[in-house]
Amino acid sequence: MPRKQIKIKPKVEYLSILDGKGKLDESLDPGLDDERSVALFRLMLVARRIDERCINLQRQGRIGTYGPCRGQEATHCAATMCMDPEDWVVHAYREPGSFYHRGWPMETVLRFWGGYEEGCQPPDGVNDTPIAVPIASQCLHAMGIAWGMKLRGDNHAVLCYCGDGGTSEGDFHEAMNFAGAYHLPVVFFVANNQWAISLPRDKQTASETIAQKALAYGFDGLQLDGNDALAVHVGTTEAVEKAKSGGGPTLIEAMTYRVSVHTTADDPTKYRSNKEVEKWVKLDPIPRYENYLIRRGLLDQKKIDAIDEGVLAEIAAAVESYESTEETNPMDTFDYTYDELPAELLSQRQEYKEALEREGLAKTS
Amino acid sequence: MMTNDGLALAPPNAGAEGAEHEKGSMTLMNMVGALNLALDDAMRMDDTVVLLGQDVGRDEGVFRVSADLLDRYGDQRVLDTPLAEAAIIGGAVGLALYGLKPIAEMQFSGFAYQGFHQVEQHVARFRNRTRGRFSLPMVIRMPYGGGIRALEHHSESREAYYAHTPGLYMVIPSTPRNARALLLASIQSKDPVIFYEPKASYRAFKEQVPDEPEVMPLGKAQVVREGSDITLIAYGAMMRPTLEAADELVDADGVSVEVIDLLTVSPMDTETITTSVAKTGRAVVIHEGPRTCGIGSEIVARVVEESLMYLEAPIRRITGYDVQFPYFAHERDFLPNPTRIAHAAREVLDF
Ligand SMILES: Cc1ncc(C[n+]2csc(CCOP(=O)(O)OP(=O)(O)O)c2C)c(N)n1
Ligand SMILES: [Mg+2]
Repeated sequence: MPRKQIKIKPKVEYLSILDGKGKLDESLDPGLDDERSVALFRLMLVARRIDERCINLQRQGRIGTYGPCRGQEATHCAATMCMDPEDWVVHAYREPGSFYHRGWPMETVLRFWGGYEEGCQPPDGVNDTPIAVPIASQCLHAMGIAWGMKLRGDNHAVLCYCGDGGTSEGDFHEAMNFAGAYHLPVVFFVANNQWAISLPRDKQTASETIAQKALAYGFDGLQLDGNDALAVHVGTTEAVEKAKSGGGPTLIEAMTYRVSVHTTADDPTKYRSNKEVEKWVKLDPIPRYENYLIRRGLLDQKKIDAIDEGVLAEIAAAVESYESTEETNPMDTFDYTYDELPAELLSQRQEYKEALEREGLAKTS
Repeated sequence: MMTNDGLALAPPNAGAEGAEHEKGSMTLMNMVGALNLALDDAMRMDDTVVLLGQDVGRDEGVFRVSADLLDRYGDQRVLDTPLAEAAIIGGAVGLALYGLKPIAEMQFSGFAYQGFHQVEQHVARFRNRTRGRFSLPMVIRMPYGGGIRALEHHSESREAYYAHTPGLYMVIPSTPRNARALLLASIQSKDPVIFYEPKASYRAFKEQVPDEPEVMPLGKAQVVREGSDITLIAYGAMMRPTLEAADELVDADGVSVEVIDLLTVSPMDTETITTSVAKTGRAVVIHEGPRTCGIGSEIVARVVEESLMYLEAPIRRITGYDVQFPYFAHERDFLPNPTRIAHAAREVLDF
C-alpha cells in the first residue's frame, strides 16, 4: 500500500522556427520547397485581405456581423495546407484562409456572413464541414469522421479547429477522450488567441498549457508559435503524418492573438489594454514570414505587390459576384428541410408563399 | 396601453440599503436598462444572489444587461465563467443547493442546449426527487428570438422545449416594465425559472419603470387591451406586431380587439385565455417559434377543451413555420408581422 509517484509518459513540446523578425532557426529548417513556401505566403495574404474587406462590408451594411481572424492567419493557413484533398477539415469560424485553400469560392464564405444558408454549402468534392458557431460542438464530428476512417481502414486524417474558449466545453473533452480511446487519426488544432470574447486565457483554465490536456487523454500535446507559419506547418505536418501512420491523435495548441475585435459587435476596449494588443501586433505573422521569404530570395517588393494585386482583384470579383447574385428564394428552406416535403410542410410552404406575395416582401417561386 | 394590474411592491426588505426613491417616481428606460435594474434590485436586497455566465462581468454581458454590476457587487457575486453552459447551469444547481440564489446567463438561447441535460435532469426535478428537501430557486436568463440580423443559432425561439418540462416556470416579458417586475419575481421565486428575454425588444422602445422595486406574479397572463370581437394571444417580442395589428383592426375595420400577453408561458394561465375567448368567440395565436407542438398548440387545445361551445370560428395560428429559422437575409420575411396577423384576424372575423 505505498504512496508513490506515478510516472506519466507523454510529453508536451514547444516549437518555434522563425524568430520575431522572421529569422530562421537553421537547425529546424523544414526545407519547404519554393513553390509551397510562396503559396503559403499568398494564402495568408488572402486571409488578411478577405478579413479587411469583410470588416468594410460589415460597416457598410453589406454583410452582417463578422468575426475577423487578423493576427491568426498563420495558424489556419499553414495548418490547412498540410491536408490532402481526401483528408477532412472541420472548421470553427475564424479560418477564411482555410476555406479558400480547400476550394470554397470566396463568395460562398461571404454569403455566410451576409445571412444566407448558401454560405454553408461546401463545393462538391470538398471534404470540409461548414462554419460551426456552437463552440467546440464540431470537435465531436471531427472525432467521428476520424473514427469512420479508422473503421474503413482508410489512410486519411482529420484537422479540427477550435478556440481556447472551446477547450472548456464538454464536447471538446468528449471528443478528445474518444479520439484517445479509439486511437483516431485526428489533429485537434486549438487557435489559442488568448481571449474568448472578454475572458482571458488564464481565467479559462488553470492548466499551464492547453496542449497538456492531451496527456490526460493518452496522447501527445504540442504547443507551438502560432504566429510562426513555419512552426505551424511543421507541427501540423508531423501530427498529420503520425495520424496517417497509425500513431493516433495529437492536440496542437497554437499560441496566437486575436488582434482585432471578437466580432464586429464587440468592443474590446472594455476588457483589455492596447499595450497588450501592440505587443502582439509586433509579432504579426505575415511580416515575419515575408521577411523569411525575402531572406530566402523568394520574395521582393515587386513580387509581393504583384501577389497582393492578384489577391485584391480576386476578392473584388468575389464581392461583385456575391452582390450581383439574384436574391435567394425564401421557400428554399422548405425544400431542404427533408428529403421529401411532408404534407403539413407543403401546406405551410403555400401559406408562407401567399403571405409574402400579399405583403410584397421577398420574391418567391 | 399597458394595464398594470397585478404589479405589486416587493416585500418590505426591499431596498434595505441605498436606493431610496420618492414614492411613485418613475424613470424612462429600455428593456436592457429595466433588466439591469431588476438584477441590481435583487443583488442589493439579497446578498445570496449571484450572477454567473460568459462575459457577464467585465464585458457587462454582450448586450450590456449586467452593466455596472461587477463594479458594484464585486467578483464574488458577478462571476465571469469559462465557456461551458453545462457547468454554468449545473454549477448553479450546486450553488442553489448550498443556499445561494444563482442567476445564470446563457449568452444566447441557442447555446443553452450545451447545458440542457442539466435543466431536464436536475433543475426541473430536484424538488420532486428529494420530496421537498431541496428546491432550486434559480433563474436561467437567455436572449431569444429573431430580428437583429444575427448569425446562425442566435435567432431561434424554443420556449416549447422548456414548457414541455414539468417543474420549470417559463417566463417571457414583453416590455421594460414587465421585464423588470417579472425578472425580480423570478429571482424571488422558490422554483427554477427559465427567463427568455426578447432580444429584438431589448432596445426597441422605452417605458416608464418605477424606481422602487416592483414584482408581478408568475403564472399570470395579462389582458393588455380589452375588446369583444376577437382575442389576439401573444407574448415576448411578438407583442409589438400583435398590438400593431390590433391597432390596424380597430382603426381600419372598426373591430373591437382583445389582446392577451401570456408573460408566463408555462405553467399557462388557462383562465385568462379561456375567459377571453368565451367572450369574443374568436382568436388568433401568435408566436415566433415553430408551429408544431408550439405554445399555440397548447393554447388552442385549452380553448377547445374549455370554451369550444363559445367559438364562432376556427382559431388561427400565425407562427414560425416548421423549418429552421432562416439566416438573417430572410428573417424579415419569416417573422410574423402586423400584416400577417391582421390578415389572419380578418379571416377569422369573416368566417
Ligand atoms: C456553445 C456556445 N456558447 C457560447 C457561444 C457564444 N460565443 C461565441 S464565440 C465565443 C467565444 C469563443 O472563444 P474561443 O473558443 O476562444 O474562440 P475565439 O472566438 O477566440 O476564436 C462565445 C462565448 C457560442 N457560439 N457557442
Ligand atoms: Mg479565443
